[in-house]
Amino acid sequence: MLKISPAIIAEIIEQARTGLPEEICGYLAGTGNAVTRRFPLTNIEHSPEHFSMSPAEQFNAVRQARQEGLTILAGYHSHPSSPARPSEEDIRLAADPNISYIIVSLATEPPVVRAFRINGGTVTPEEIAEE
Amino acid sequence: MAKITVNGEPQDVALPVSILQLLKNNGVERPELVSVQLNGEFVGSDEHATVSANDGDTVDFLFFMGGGALPLISNLRTDVY
Repeated sequence: MLKISPAIIAEIIEQARTGLPEEICGYLAGTGNAVTRRFPLTNIEHSPEHFSMSPAEQFNAVRQARQEGLTILAGYHSHPSSPARPSEEDIRLAADPNISYIIVSLATEPPVVRAFRINGGTVTPEEIAEE
Repeated sequence: MAKITVNGEPQDVALPVSILQLLKNNGVERPELVSVQLNGEFVGSDEHATVSANDGDTVDFLFFMGGGALPLISNLRTDVY
């Protein structure tokens, strides 16, 4: 289970809306299973159907989190017009078994935010506790 | 033995050690999906096997984060991944 405040959930949704028509992305950091910090990152694909986090920004975010005593807990991205579940590409390219993968879908109103663990091609839904 | 800081943690490593070997030492199963910086400079994925780390070096690595509804793998930046 991942604990995320309603404020951070709202920020992710707002980033997804503002970033339309492109997919947006970022990292979430915190301690234990509680997210306390959001790092919005640039989608260097600038595409409505793909995303790749900027590697330079990834390193900056990881170092900043480390300096603040935080751990990267999740990566998130948006699906502007498809459901909040990992695509085949999302699954194939999910290389980090230690974090959660969060998808925010704008295909419905209100938007849907879901979390998953992806390890070796196996997708496991993960509960998000908004608190 | 050399002391190399990997993702902020000091590690004792026998030299010579390539970036690829360091990644394997740290449990990376898909090095082609990892981005590496050696002392703050990117090391391209095509150099992981040939670039070595030395005593006192700092190596940071993280996993590619990307996806999409259509095939993307050809878009991977070989200069940084």
